[in-house]
Amino acid sequence: MTNGWIDIKNTDMMLIMGGNPAENHPCGFKWPVEAKLHRNAKMIVVDPRFTRTATQADLFLQIRAGTDIAFLGGLINYAIQNNRIAKDYLINYTNAAFIVKDGFKLPEDGLFSGFDAGATTYDKSTWNYEEGWKIESANQGVRSPTVSEGNSPKGSVGKNSEKGGDAGGHQAAGGPGASAQGGQKPPPMLPPNVAYDLSLQHPRSVFQLLKQQYSRYTPEMVERITGIPRDQFIKAADLFTSVRKNGDMKKAATIIYAVGWTQHTFGTQIIRTAAILQLILGNVGRAGGGVNALRGHSNIQGATDMGGVFDIFPGYLKIPQPNDTDLAAFLKRTTPTSSKPNEWDSYNYWSNTPKFMVSFLKSLYGDSAKKETDFNYQYLPKIDRKFSWTEMWDEMYAGKVKGLFAFGMNGVAIGPNSRKNIEALKKADFLVVCELYPEETAEFWRAPGITKDDMKKINTTIYRLPGAGFAEKDGTFVNSARWLQWKYVAVPPPGAAKVDQEILARIFLRMRELYQKEGGKFPDPILNLTWAYTTPQNPSLAEVAKEINGKALVDLTDEKLFPGQTIKAGQQLPGFAWLKDDGTTACGNWLYSGSWTEAGPQMQRRGTDDPSGLGIYQNWAWSWPANRRVMYNRASCDPSGKPWDMERRQVWWNEAQQKWVGNDVPDFKVDSKPADHMGPFIMNPEGVGRIFAPLAAFADGPFPEHYEPVESPIANPLHPKQSTNPVAKKFKSDMDKLGTPAEGFNVVCTTYRLTEHYHYWTKNNPMNVQLVPEPFVEVPAQLANEMGITGGEKVRVTSARGEYIAKAMVTKRIKPMMIDGKKIYQIGLPIHWGYRGIAEDAGKTSLMTANQLSPAAIDPNAYTPEFKGFLVKIEKI
Amino acid sequence: MSNPQTFQIQEISAHPGPVPGAGTQRAEEVCKYIDVTTCIGCKACEVACVEWNDHPFRETTFDDTYQTMPSTEWNYWNLIKFAEDARDGNLMWLMRKDQCMHCEDPGCLRACPADGAIIKYENGIVDFQQDNCIGCGYCISGCPFDIPKFNEKTKKVYKCTLCSDRVGQGLEPACIKACPTGCLHFGTKSDMVQIAGLRAKQLREVSGFADAGVYDPPSIKGTHVIYTLHDINHPERYGLPKNPVIPASYTYWKWTAKPIGLLMAGLGLLAVFFHRVSVGPKLPQPEEPPLVSEHADPVEAKRKELP
Repeated sequence: MTNGWIDIKNTDMMLIMGGNPAENHPCGFKWPVEAKLHRNAKMIVVDPRFTRTATQADLFLQIRAGTDIAFLGGLINYAIQNNRIAKDYLINYTNAAFIVKDGFKLPEDGLFSGFDAGATTYDKSTWNYEEGWKIESANQGVRSPTVSEGNSPKGSVGKNSEKGGDAGGHQAAGGPGASAQGGQKPPPMLPPNVAYDLSLQHPRSVFQLLKQQYSRYTPEMVERITGIPRDQFIKAADLFTSVRKNGDMKKAATIIYAVGWTQHTFGTQIIRTAAILQLILGNVGRAGGGVNALRGHSNIQGATDMGGVFDIFPGYLKIPQPNDTDLAAFLKRTTPTSSKPNEWDSYNYWSNTPKFMVSFLKSLYGDSAKKETDFNYQYLPKIDRKFSWTEMWDEMYAGKVKGLFAFGMNGVAIGPNSRKNIEALKKADFLVVCELYPEETAEFWRAPGITKDDMKKINTTIYRLPGAGFAEKDGTFVNSARWLQWKYVAVPPPGAAKVDQEILARIFLRMRELYQKEGGKFPDPILNLTWAYTTPQNPSLAEVAKEINGKALVDLTDEKLFPGQTIKAGQQLPGFAWLKDDGTTACGNWLYSGSWTEAGPQMQRRGTDDPSGLGIYQNWAWSWPANRRVMYNRASCDPSGKPWDMERRQVWWNEAQQKWVGNDVPDFKVDSKPADHMGPFIMNPEGVGRIFAPLAAFADGPFPEHYEPVESPIANPLHPKQSTNPVAKKFKSDMDKLGTPAEGFNVVCTTYRLTEHYHYWTKNNPMNVQLVPEPFVEVPAQLANEMGITGGEKVRVTSARGEYIAKAMVTKRIKPMMIDGKKIYQIGLPIHWGYRGIAEDAGKTSLMTANQLSPAAIDPNAYTPEFKGFLVKIEKI
Repeated sequence: MSNPQTFQIQEISAHPGPVPGAGTQRAEEVCKYIDVTTCIGCKACEVACVEWNDHPFRETTFDDTYQTMPSTEWNYWNLIKFAEDARDGNLMWLMRKDQCMHCEDPGCLRACPADGAIIKYENGIVDFQQDNCIGCGYCISGCPFDIPKFNEKTKKVYKCTLCSDRVGQGLEPACIKACPTGCLHFGTKSDMVQIAGLRAKQLREVSGFADAGVYDPPSIKGTHVIYTLHDINHPERYGLPKNPVIPASYTYWKWTAKPIGLLMAGLGLLAVFFHRVSVGPKLPQPEEPPLVSEHADPVEAKRKELP
């Protein structure tokens, strides 16, 4: 979340889409309710089904699963056509005025410029800004950089300007695949000085391109694609953009989403579309605004922050690639340099990457990480391809991945394409499962369809480790609002169960012993890993949390930033501003620096004072980064530093003190005067919000474009020849089949969770089972009527990959839709069952996982599979 | 079942004579206010109720709905009722928390023939005292909301106590504590009526529900559980009776038949007295042979067999 749960109470307008918070986040949902009760806020809910959340909506629209970009693109078009935009915000806080390179092409035919059909990737060199200077009017050309050498060097105020002209580091967020191709020629860079036109009239200005891109997303086109009648769409568009009626900046609108947006082959781009919409409406960085992702597990935010993904290290540091031959080369590639209009300033906070990275290496390897040894950079793995979740299982199915550790992760059930995952596990040599209950992954060998004889042929050795439940261990949860909150043990683990850190520590210590005894190919990273815990066999999580926060390794002073202060060697760091790139600090995750300081564990704080009444609660737990609650909060003020809305003021420029002050921690360089025009989006090298995302920021285009899901009932009305995302990954094994309407797969299916259950655990809990005892399929009443299905009868749902049998819940809450002239039905499938659990063991279910149906096709940016909006057929049995 | 010592009792089922201590103490009337319009049907209240009251789990089966079971049960006192309600082309998915309404004029208590099996406290809570319950089930037919439920094993009837055990300790009922959206409120009746009214006003004026209102049915003199509904003119959309009444037999019994019977008995005694005064005592008469009837009353015959 850019903002936080409590902050939703400050909003005037909510768009809840791609998420069902009343169902999946009932506790957090108190805040949308609060906004309705106390601010008369409006709520628009867009979902394939009339959900629990929809019951609270002022306006509900039923959308076809997987057409969110068409809807949001339509909103952008509506906002621009009706001048419901935040003009000052747009010009000053986004790249709307930036000029895009000549040669860049919008995807009228479904493809952006640079598509390589053979490699199914884009050459992104035209997805860049034009180098240049200020353009006074649209017909004046872009001046050559040499002409303006003598311009006043405002840019040099920026932190990195000493590196400003340096060739390195302009490439944005290149995935590992991207660099493998770019090995020969140097990757394209962002220009240090960007041409810009504050009138927004230049035909290649980001704003004009945006306008052109979404001019195709008319209400008629939105209706054809999404199935939302145009009058309803216009009603929603008018309501949502009404916060910028007559250019008034007081009101704020928020967008709330969850995995209903993520789980598509274009999921990242859906979220991008939302971000663009919020930027043109001036809603980002403001109380009651933002783009707010609701995380679906209690600590999934923490898992991501701590690098629980293959392509990042803790704190979103990039992972090295084979081309990064030494630390300098790695840092050069991954440290951006600012790229902005010459007269503007950019904090470019990622310019501190070397400090974060070296401190991270120091926390990993301690004293052995020395400047002479490149801080043991060479110990880090270099990845030459993608190891995302789905790709890992695909490689296991191909016989290349030989073993799997599954901790609190029921891989078979969470799919996609469960049957392929079961086949993959059959081919593995070993499987280690640490769990609370017997579950589908540890017992993959007894999946339906596997006979006794088949079982004898499975040679996978399975080790089952008894894990401890969440109430049986202490530590932190990081919630959607980015708060690190310490939790305490409620009960000890039962029987032989052990907490995760003990299990991992004991495995590690035994491995290290083996390396010590036997050597091996590359023992150094294991032997030199720091393990300075009081109880090495069972490290206390308090010690781990302190290690992550970071400490000084020598006496530290910083006369420029912190005059007169000294951090003694061995002391906890007060925050990431103290991190050094010379090996004098160690820090496990720079984003969490400040969470456990010399003042104690900030994450354990329980202060309930809220002087501003905005729900900021500065003394409750600790929020990354730097305990600020709303990110980019500089954008809550106009360019002169005055809040857009005094009643909800978060931070502001204090002329007397010459610094930014406020109710929240300013997300900004505190002494940067408004006149310096430093951009509020300090993590971007531009300093401003990206409406156009240049270069390799995204694999599938600088602007989002509507593509159909890999299985779709229609060809894309925008460009039927390029119906799906050209760079989405589809797997090619014999088990990765896709179905078509021609084969009879003509019903759109979406999957989801229920309030009453939690993923695949609670099927073991009698209380939850009492609330919802059995799996079911939600079937539209009209479809049920046509097929003669009555509620409670069993139906078989079949996709190209598998089948699922459950009772039908016949409901009026899903209606048939007219999609591009075709009548289309959607059905819904709650995911919570499998082949082990109370109902399963009692023989009350068909022992199948919902994900036997879903396809293994993944988003090219986040690698998330398309669990929403695939094709099935349904029949009565 | 609560400890009757906790609160001042106002009424006792089938109790001859006055309520002990009546009028010595006054208590503020309590009330649960349920804002149906902000209920998301999450069932946290259902779980809290089962857990607080230590109810055993019961087996449920899929019934074509999100609703946990068809109606409240002897060990399931709090149930969210789900209804898909389509009117004028607008679909609504109504979710209403169903439980004992703690009526000001409780039909269960009126109907109950067992002394002390149902008591109503001064604060408005109507509570069953299973120790005194004779299992006749009259309370079930006396309830206009179909709430009390019979347990075949114990042969007694159970229902929501409004957590009288918690309320007696100054706590809110368990369901209120568990509610995540704050659609459940607990406080004095006057406060609850006021905030419910304000919410209904907001629904009428801001949210476009012209018929929003508060359900606190006067036909039973109001309840100690009140609702804000989107449509007060059609409470039956939510499974609530528009005009709940206690079955006439029970009101007739209580307010008409019983007083008349008592009056008749009194008149009888008076007649005996005047007969004694005016006619004098009845003196022994010479014995006559007993009449043998072929149609002797079998009940009377049975009675005579008794010692």
